[in-house]
Amino acid sequence: MYAQMVDTGVQRLRSTEELDGDERHFQERIDAGVRIEPEDWMPDSYRKTLVRQISQHAHSEIVGMLPEGNWITRAPSLLRKATLLAKVQDEGGHGLYLYAAAETLGVSRDDLIDALHEGKAKYSSIFNYPTLTWADIGAIGWLVDGAAIINQIPLCRCSYGPYGRAMVRVCKEESFHQRQGYDIMTVLAQGSAAQRRMAQDALNRWWWPAVMMFGPPDTESVHSAQSAAWRIKLHSNDELRQRFIDQTVPQADLLDLKIPDPDLRWNEARQSYDIGAIDWNEFHAVVRGDGPCNKERLAARRDAWDRGAWVRDAAAAHAEKTTIERKTGETR
Amino acid sequence: MKDWPLWEVFIRSSHGLAHKHVGSLRAADAEMAIGNARDVYTRRNEGVSIWVVRSADIAASSPGDKEPLFDPARSKVYRHPTFFQLIDGVKHM
Ligand SMILES: [Fe+2]
Ligand SMILES: [Fe+2]
Repeated sequence: MYAQMVDTGVQRLRSTEELDGDERHFQERIDAGVRIEPEDWMPDSYRKTLVRQISQHAHSEIVGMLPEGNWITRAPSLLRKATLLAKVQDEGGHGLYLYAAAETLGVSRDDLIDALHEGKAKYSSIFNYPTLTWADIGAIGWLVDGAAIINQIPLCRCSYGPYGRAMVRVCKEESFHQRQGYDIMTVLAQGSAAQRRMAQDALNRWWWPAVMMFGPPDTESVHSAQSAAWRIKLHSNDELRQRFIDQTVPQADLLDLKIPDPDLRWNEARQSYDIGAIDWNEFHAVVRGDGPCNKERLAARRDAWDRGAWVRDAAAAHAEKTTIERKTGETR
Repeated sequence: MKDWPLWEVFIRSSHGLAHKHVGSLRAADAEMAIGNARDVYTRRNEGVSIWVVRSADIAASSPGDKEPLFDPARSKVYRHPTFFQLIDGVKHM
């Protein structure tokens, strides 16, 4: 998802009976549904895993501003432009909520951002694909934000208080994102032949990357058991992926757009869609840094950070100057 | 660059309720903190007033004091109106 393949540093999941002292008490609180708050005792591995998960999620939000930001100046109408601008601003806010949640675990935002810019931290694979046409903005809102909602709603109930509360705020804003995307797709799908082709082409390119957003299949998800025990992962990758597919296929049908999967079939017995094989090699390549836009995204992030340095310096100098002025004013 | 200080943000909604904590953010000074809070936390008419307080200036009770601080109130059921049975015939009180 926005945080894919989060390493827990744990080799084997121990049962509550195998734990003792603080650790056992901690697990019992989680099992009882008690929220863990920043001042509470927590195992080091829980803290580290959460920092990884929340910061990956935060990085995804702000790197995710780049593919869409690409179309703000070229949106087809003033309304679409204002809408896209608001959506991309929301994503910046999501990044902020999440960095603030990570900071409650004792890390600094600047350090997290440094790790991203040095290529040491991950962000979601989905944002390494290019936005070639206006229809891609529709496809992202519909599919990518749609997938994000499915992932984020359960996280509102996760065990760590600040993360859960950040997710509540994020979820409130996401349904606007998905609807504006589907609205773009609807207009294109009901438009001229060229517009329909554009919508179909965007769906063709974004479908599989969106399906892969949920991360590797359950059989390969080594760290899921520990994350589930800690209640920082509430459903498995395959479960969430299936939910996304079952929700999205009928929405594509309504637009008369074709999901680019020849093996897609309704399974009457499972009351769910079966899909064709997922190309996990592509997923792993993108996570490794070899996706179509990995280098471009990191370069854009670093560039924005470097070019904003004088603004940050000026703000700090101004704050210092006014503090001094206030102090000398008081003594006069 | 030195980290900007952390600020806690409180928003009062238009319904006349008290300021409520909504989250935190980093800013160089109070003016910037209010500006950032406006941009992030009031984008959909959430409020009509913003307070920002430096996180470092907040004094908080410690989790270890939970029992001495809050347990005494548990046994004082008579502080709640529902503790008192009304006699028949009294309708609203
Ligand atoms: Fe978001
Ligand atoms: Fe979004």
